[in-house]
Formats: sequence, C-alpha cells, structure tokens
Amino acid sequence: MSPNTPAIAVRGLVKKYAKAKTNAVDGVSFNVSRGEIFGLLGPNGAGKTTTIGVLTTAIVPTEGSASIMSVDVTRDPISVKQRIAVVPQQSNLDRSLKVREILTFHAAYHGVPRKTREALADKLLNELGLGERKNEKVNRYSGGMAQRLMIARALMHEPDVLFLDEPTNNLDPQSRLFLWERIREMNARGLTILLTTHDMDEADKLCQRIAVMDHGKILVDDTPAELKKLIPGGTVLEVRAYTAAAGDGVRDAVSGALNAIPGVAKVEMVDEKDSNAEAGALSFRVYAEAANALIGPAAQAVLTAGAEVRDLSVKQPSLEEVFIFLTGRHLR
Amino acid sequence: MSDVSSTKVILDGTHTERGHSRSFLAFNAFFAILRRDIRVTGREFVPFLLQALMQPLFFLFIFGKVLPGIGLAAGNFATLMLPGIVALTGMIAAMQGVTLPLVLDLGFAREIDDRLLSPLPVWWVALEKVIFGAIRGVIASSVIFPLGWVILGGGFVVRDDRILVLIGMVLLTGCVGSTIGLLMGTVIKPDQISLMFTLIFTPLLFTGCTYYPWGALRNIRWFQVLTLFNPLTYAAEGLRYSMVPPIGGHNFPTLGIGWILLLLGVSVVTMFVLGTRTFMSRVVT
Repeated sequence: MSPNTPAIAVRGLVKKYAKAKTNAVDGVSFNVSRGEIFGLLGPNGAGKTTTIGVLTTAIVPTEGSASIMSVDVTRDPISVKQRIAVVPQQSNLDRSLKVREILTFHAAYHGVPRKTREALADKLLNELGLGERKNEKVNRYSGGMAQRLMIARALMHEPDVLFLDEPTNNLDPQSRLFLWERIREMNARGLTILLTTHDMDEADKLCQRIAVMDHGKILVDDTPAELKKLIPGGTVLEVRAYTAAAGDGVRDAVSGALNAIPGVAKVEMVDEKDSNAEAGALSFRVYAEAANALIGPAAQAVLTAGAEVRDLSVKQPSLEEVFIFLTGRHLR
Repeated sequence: MSDVSSTKVILDGTHTERGHSRSFLAFNAFFAILRRDIRVTGREFVPFLLQALMQPLFFLFIFGKVLPGIGLAAGNFATLMLPGIVALTGMIAAMQGVTLPLVLDLGFAREIDDRLLSPLPVWWVALEKVIFGAIRGVIASSVIFPLGWVILGGGFVVRDDRILVLIGMVLLTGCVGSTIGLLMGTVIKPDQISLMFTLIFTPLLFTGCTYYPWGALRNIRWFQVLTLFNPLTYAAEGLRYSMVPPIGGHNFPTLGIGWILLLLGVSVVTMFVLGTRTFMSRVVT
C-alpha cells in the first residue's frame, strides 16, 4: 500500500433506508488524506451520521463504495474495525466495568497483548487526567470525564483513523480547550481524524479541510480559508458613523458615497432597531475583496457625506456565515 | 438475514495488514468478550445466585417439604417436581442473562457498540451472548442439586444411571433459555419490558410441566397438547427422564427422550437463527 493512498476514500456513496422516500446519502464522494483533520459539517439530517455509519461498518451502503486505508468497508469489515476508532456523541461506556477495565477490555477485544494494554491504559489515563479515579465505575463521571475516557478507549488499539462525532458538544470551556489540544496532539502523532461538529469555531480551529453536507450531498469540500472566500466580496468593513441631522438624508448620502468607492461589492445598511441605539447613529457593512484597503476611502466618504466617523473595523467572514450562506436559514 | 450476509465478508486465515489472521482476531475478540461477561457476573456472583435461586428455594421448601408434611401433596411430589425446578431455574437464569442486557443495550445504553466495533463478525456478538447465557443457566441449574439435597433431606432422590443424559439435559436447557432470551432481547423495546415479561414469562412458567409431569395431564387433553408448544416442557420432561428413579421396577413415564432431544435441538436452532436475524437488523442497517 502506497503511503499516498487516502486514509478515507468514499466513491458515489448512496444510502436509502428501507422506508424512506429520499436517499439519506445521495451520491457522496470525498477523500481524507493521511494525517489530516477533516471536518464533516451540515445541519441535522444532512447525512453526516449515515456517512460515518458506513465508514464504521454499522451501515451497509445501497450504492457506491468506501474504504479505510485502502480496505473496503463492506468486504472486509474485520480489518476496517482493526484500523478505526469511534468516539460517539453520547457515552456508550461499559458501566459494568471499572474505568481502567474499560480500556484494558477494549484493547483485549482488539487483540492487544496483556502487558502492552495494561501499560498503555495507565499511560493514557494519566495523560487525560483520569489517573486518580481509574478504579471507579463511570456512573460517577462527569460528561467531560466520560468524553476523555472515550477518547482514551479509542486510542487503546492504536487506530489509524479516528471518528469524532461532535466531540465537545455539552462540554465546559475548560474541557473543550483540553480536548482541542489532545486532538491536535493525536493528529501530530499521525492519526487521521474525521470530526463532525455544529461548532463552527471548533471546525475552523481544528480542521485542515471541511466538507459541508446538506440533503445527502456534499456542497463544498475545501480548506476553511478557501471556504470563507465563497462569501460574495470576501471580506467586510464595518462602518459606524453619527449625524445630528434628522431624517434619512445623511444616511442615504453616506450609503451612496460608500457604494461609489472603487472595489466595493455591496453596501448593507444595518438597522439600529434595538432600543440602546443612540439617535443619529448609522451603521453599514461594506463587502469588498480587500476591505482593509477601504479604511481611508470609507472614512473620507463618511465625512464628505456630512457625518462623523465613530468606528471602522475589518471583519473576516466567519465559517458560520459560510455555513448559513450554503445551507440557508430555515430550521430542520 | 439482512443484506449483510449476502455480501461475502472476509473471514479467513489470510493476514490483515497488521499481521494477524482475521480468524485469529475474531476468535480472540470472541473470548475477550466472553471473559468480560464472566468478569462482570463473577463480581456480582452472590446477587446473581440470589436472583436465580430465591424462587426455587421457596418452591422446594413449600411444595417439597411443607405441603407433603401437612398431607396436601403426595410424598413423592418433591421427587417429580425437583427436575422441573432444575429446568425452570436454568432456563430463567439463562434468559435473564441475555434478555435484559440486550433490551437496554439495543434500546439506548449502546454499551454493546464497543463490542460490535471489535474485529469479529457482528453475529458472533449474539453468539457470545447465547453461550454466556447458557453458562449462567448451567450454573443455576447445578446449584439446585445441593440446595434440594439440603431442603428436601430424605425426599431428595435422583437416579444415578442416566448421569450423561442429565448433564446433556442441563446443558441443553441452558441453551434453550439463552436462545429464547436472545430473540426476546432483540424484539422487545425498552418501554415494553415489564409488559412483555408478564406476557411471556408467566405463561412460560405455568405451561412448562415444571410442577407436574406431562403424562399426568391426560385427563385435560387440550392443556396437555398446549404444553407441547412450550420448550420448557421438553426440558422438564427430559430432566425427569434422567433424574426420577424407577418406581416399583418401572421407569417413570415421560415424553420419549428422542423426541425431547430432537425438539429441544430444533428450538435452540430456530430461536438462534431468528434471534440473530433480528439482532443483525438492529445493529447493522
């Protein structure tokens, strides 16, 4: 096997559930390179869980194929299971076992020799800050501890590919930061990671590549930086100004002047409807390829139109804006 | 079976790229999972015994000692009932070891996921449950013998010339219980547990010829026929065949041992196939 073959390869994947009218996954193809952190994003019901189900051998595809480290998931699930680990959203820890046993039994299921698994369990428990409570049962564990324990369990058989399903959902900020560090560390040691999340900030910080799914299809698949360029105009300059004059005259003049600046794609007037807004305050969002080049001309435009400049700031569009741009605002 | 079995899954002696053969990995995972169940039950061995033995203990005492003692039951009633108690206890212990954990696991706890993701064919996880349940059943059945000896005293009579049949019957009874447990555990939804236990356990308990020999039912023919649909009937009759000593030079009349073994075998295979099918459809979609 060449080291250049992808860690995960999905080709024309279709899954139709027995009683469903539409395909849960509808012709999905993507690759995840070795050593990559790949984010699979999408609204609820987009088909992420089904896709992961196929990759983790729990769901049989209707059409298409998927392979992990060049091993086909439907033809050779035993070899696939040896290479993957799954950290689910909700705890599925074995509550009849003690914490340390959860790790050692998991490794035993995977054929890790006794001495190796005992040593590895202790090492991981210490690394994940669970060393002092290793002889308890998990009933008394907090959500954050359970999450860490599931990660430790996943690492016990030294998988090549790790699936993390909304890993930091419901965690406190401390646990979240801790997990992010661990995820980066595991990745640095060569582990390929596929993660799903609704936290766009998390996806942006962790993922080297992101695919956005909706209605069973992949809409885009690129780096976070490239995805942000999908927003029309690319960057945003927020302009706050003030005028003592009554009426909409000055506001329209400022808007017109901003629009006239070369390179501006679009000017949006922001309605200051909330009660805290000072009378006479004006606010605009100016979309442009390079908003930072507009700071001078924009200030000039505001002054020329007869208003005072209060604040100018350049904003990068967030991944959240990209996500909403791609998948729309309606609830699922 | 679902579409899984139609795809030919590789399970052979060829090595995975990580060095072990798939069959080695699968057997290793199977025994590790079995060891897990034994460890967990071993840790709760006393509660397990109490759960399995409380009912038979009182049955033996009331029906084997008290009723004959006050003249409400014939003296040899205990001898005829003891095999029934052995069958019932083994079957229930085996079923309980499989059904309840499966209902909870497949319903919401999903603790079984870790085992399903182990490198073995998914249906082996169901097979492991069945074998583990059968072990529980055999242990529970076996403990009835010393218990009966203590409680019944002189009323404890077991023939010793059919010991191999007896051992076979105890093993088979455990398998019958655990395969029924597998089917129940995969069919019942968590919110139906208490209803289903009442609807299934109670009839099973009372139509299984545990407290009466099958032959004695000939005056209530329809009921005698009905009991033939309960696997427990065959387990109890088979144990009577191997345990009840001859009376006045005649062997105690039971259902034919050939039929008993055949029908118990059929029950084990049928329940296992049906149970594994529903199990697969619950864990692989």
